[in-house]
Amino acid sequence: MTDAPLLQVEDLQVAFRTPLGLTEAVKGVSFQIKKGETLALVGESGSGKSVSALSILQLLNYPVASHPKGSIRFQGNELIGAPDSAMREIRGDRISMIFQEPITALNPLHTIEKQINEILMVHKGLIASAARVRTLELLDLVGIQDAARRLSAYPHELSGGQRQRVMIAMALANEPDLLIADEPTTAVDVTIQAQILDLMLELQAKLGMAMLLITHDLGVVRKMAPRVAVMRLGEIVEAGDTDTVFAKPSHPYTKQLIAAEPGGAPDPYDETAAEIISADEFKVWYPIKAGVMRRTVDYVKAVDGVSFKLRAGQTVGVVGESGSGKSSLALGILRLISSKGPVVFLGRDIQGLRSKALRPLRRQMQIVFQDPFGSLSPRLTVGEIVGEGLRIHGLGDAGERDAQVIAALSEVALDPASRHRYPHEFSGGQRQRISVARAMVLKPHLLILDEPTSALDMSVQAQIVELLRGLQRDHALAYIFISHDLRVVRAMSHDVIVMRNGQVVEQGPAGAVIDAPKEPYTKALMAAAFELRADEGGLVGA
Amino acid sequence: MASVSSAPESKAEQRGERFLFWSVSPITARRLANFRANRRGVWSLRIFLALFLFSLFAEFIANDKPLLVWYDGGLYAPIINEHPETTFGGDLPSTADFTDEFLIEAIHKKGGWLLWPLIRYRYDTQVDKKDFPKTHQSAPTPPSANNILGTDDHGRDVAARLIYGFRISILFGLILTILSTILGIAAGGVQGYFGGRVDLYFQRFIEIWDSVPLLYLLIILAAVVEPNFWWLLGIMLLFSWMGLVGVVRAEFLRARNFDYVRAARALGASDRTIMIRHVLPNAMVATLTFMPFILQGSIVALTSLDFLGFGLPPGSPSLGEMLKQGKANLHAPWLVVTAFLVIAIMLTLLIFIGEAVRDAFDPRKAVTGGVPPEEAIAGPASAPAVVTVEETAGPEATTRKPSTEREP
Repeated sequence: MTDAPLLQVEDLQVAFRTPLGLTEAVKGVSFQIKKGETLALVGESGSGKSVSALSILQLLNYPVASHPKGSIRFQGNELIGAPDSAMREIRGDRISMIFQEPITALNPLHTIEKQINEILMVHKGLIASAARVRTLELLDLVGIQDAARRLSAYPHELSGGQRQRVMIAMALANEPDLLIADEPTTAVDVTIQAQILDLMLELQAKLGMAMLLITHDLGVVRKMAPRVAVMRLGEIVEAGDTDTVFAKPSHPYTKQLIAAEPGGAPDPYDETAAEIISADEFKVWYPIKAGVMRRTVDYVKAVDGVSFKLRAGQTVGVVGESGSGKSSLALGILRLISSKGPVVFLGRDIQGLRSKALRPLRRQMQIVFQDPFGSLSPRLTVGEIVGEGLRIHGLGDAGERDAQVIAALSEVALDPASRHRYPHEFSGGQRQRISVARAMVLKPHLLILDEPTSALDMSVQAQIVELLRGLQRDHALAYIFISHDLRVVRAMSHDVIVMRNGQVVEQGPAGAVIDAPKEPYTKALMAAAFELRADEGGLVGA
Repeated sequence: MASVSSAPESKAEQRGERFLFWSVSPITARRLANFRANRRGVWSLRIFLALFLFSLFAEFIANDKPLLVWYDGGLYAPIINEHPETTFGGDLPSTADFTDEFLIEAIHKKGGWLLWPLIRYRYDTQVDKKDFPKTHQSAPTPPSANNILGTDDHGRDVAARLIYGFRISILFGLILTILSTILGIAAGGVQGYFGGRVDLYFQRFIEIWDSVPLLYLLIILAAVVEPNFWWLLGIMLLFSWMGLVGVVRAEFLRARNFDYVRAARALGASDRTIMIRHVLPNAMVATLTFMPFILQGSIVALTSLDFLGFGLPPGSPSLGEMLKQGKANLHAPWLVVTAFLVIAIMLTLLIFIGEAVRDAFDPRKAVTGGVPPEEAIAGPASAPAVVTVEETAGPEATTRKPSTEREP
């Protein structure tokens, strides 16, 4: 195909008006996509990749956003400044878009049928009965089983993978020439990610459409796109053939990006070290109540019989998809939610302790949460946040506390002078460091890390992993490391527990579980995570 | 990319923003800037504060006693201390009455002088018949040089009553607002934070309590005791605290599953610490936004009770009573016009202030300054619009992991 490009973006600039003047988010980006071709835009958050994609559909918040320069031509027609009526013809018909978060991109009040029908009726002028036939066809196409029954389902009744499939069905309804996929698999589990990516490849081949894929995951790029453009700070720093770019990156940033994937292995631990925590047949059951008297009729078994032992300096990785009970396990062990089964912490069963008796022990076990934005109170300074634990436990006077806060911040490689600032002034990685400092200042024996890297960019993930390994080495910390990202788990853990629906599927040394899994589910998980391959035998329902 | 060590030094200047004497957080600084950007609200606040301050000194502005008396080599302040007539050469041991011409004459005779307040009447002073305009010899009299807003049908100076009435309205409104806000936050906070059974029973109680008719209660009360300022305040407080409960409860329900609240719990913080230090600041936004409107509602409530005659005891200066006078004396339009204008202007000022406060706390409000540029464009990846801290820290934290929500 040597004809004119389908989409031609030339010297595109996007500027946002802020109180402090114009801020350029995209500074002169050029790329083109031919018919049936896939281009991946790669970069970290804030690099301007989503803004570039949104300008193609002219979906930015004008006039706060503006294009000082540049042109976007689609099938020869200029899109910048095109009248709204012309854009409406294109949006959803010639160019469609898949968003990152399917739960917010679907209207919760309408059924699946209504949402897909609407697109068909608007653009194709179909009547309801004809649209329904086409909708069924589309749902079949994206691999939703039992599509006829699913038509009347609401978004919340579907799983994450199904929702993403519905989104794709909506995007494909009018057989667009160009599909823009903005982080289409970031919000779903690895096994579903593999399936969705396979589906997108298959549909692209079938329908012959072009695709603009926006992602920060280099694995996804390798699998999906023959051509890649690497963006940084609003500029394309390198573009070309995916294989060439990844094999011989020329720009230092690309090199850094490729080197940034978390790797390495945890330091060996002392097998005779003191036992920090052990759990035996640990359970978290949420009661289901029914009837007028609110009697408990049944339980949701979020965690059902997990046993493990953890020594000082050891890390146990807990792996599983969303809903597998990983986070319930963390909160249950910390006694933040009620649970059953003995938990022996520093030689003491903490299961039956009252909250007053538990309080002194809380110093010794700390947690770091996933969301670096939500886990820091926006109205306290960093110093107050980090020093909070010292204050609660009445450790030291103000001067000593300040000294300890400074020490903790230095330990996580943050400038101690920053303790007078507020969390919003920090980047995601820095905030996660603050969370770690808040836990470390109490000198705990056990640190529970609940997806500490999932919300971060790849290179920042590697830094956090490095930081955590260093802290473990220096303080002989015991970690419970919860993650759905197997690459990070492999870089961190000595032992691994694979969970599914609250139950342990496989448990053992990390090397054995990750490299030579025995259970079919674990095998499917590993295939999906490391090769982005959907394993049909893996019993994984999307 | 941006993770290691500290943020750029240029941001250091952005700390240490100050409001009056307090150093404030950047969020507060932005809110103050937003408030100031609403010129109408700022001017309303200034005018309102000036009027309120002015009326606080009502005794020194409108009084039937002189501010200072110079008599026989001694200086007296009759407004502050009471002096018997004998002090000024009179015959009676009773408190000096400065409306008495003979007394004034006696003072002048001894070479003394009197410094009078702006208005020579208190709210309950009967204006002397001889001070009425020549054309009107019976109350109510129209505005004249002596009574700039005229007199009411009891022959009392309207301007004096207005100043005192304005003060009592505002004070009543402020006290009621502050007390019911404190009660409302406490009740809503406890319900939202603990949830479950506490919440269930408390909510049902509020539903029942809310349906008790306040007006009938006041009518019955008026038959038993003579309602005064504090009685009325107490009775109204019994019912007005429920206004904020819903909002505060919702904020606490939302915030109790935030990660930073969980983190505080994991640190071993007590429920009280978490509620006050971590959750309450969230609820304060809604509370402060509502406050000017609650104040306005409280003032209207008192005014309408006075208008109906179930409010402050007869003879007290009050805006509602002035409205009632105006209704009863339609042939004396200065009464109704004065009362109407004062009430309308006061309520309008409060609404404008409320609007500005609402703007100040609106996270989506286009920022007008004082914000680090990173924050303003933090989310080109997520949305082109201006994204602020509250939004990003808000609902996400609750929606991300619904599976771990604590069951009450």
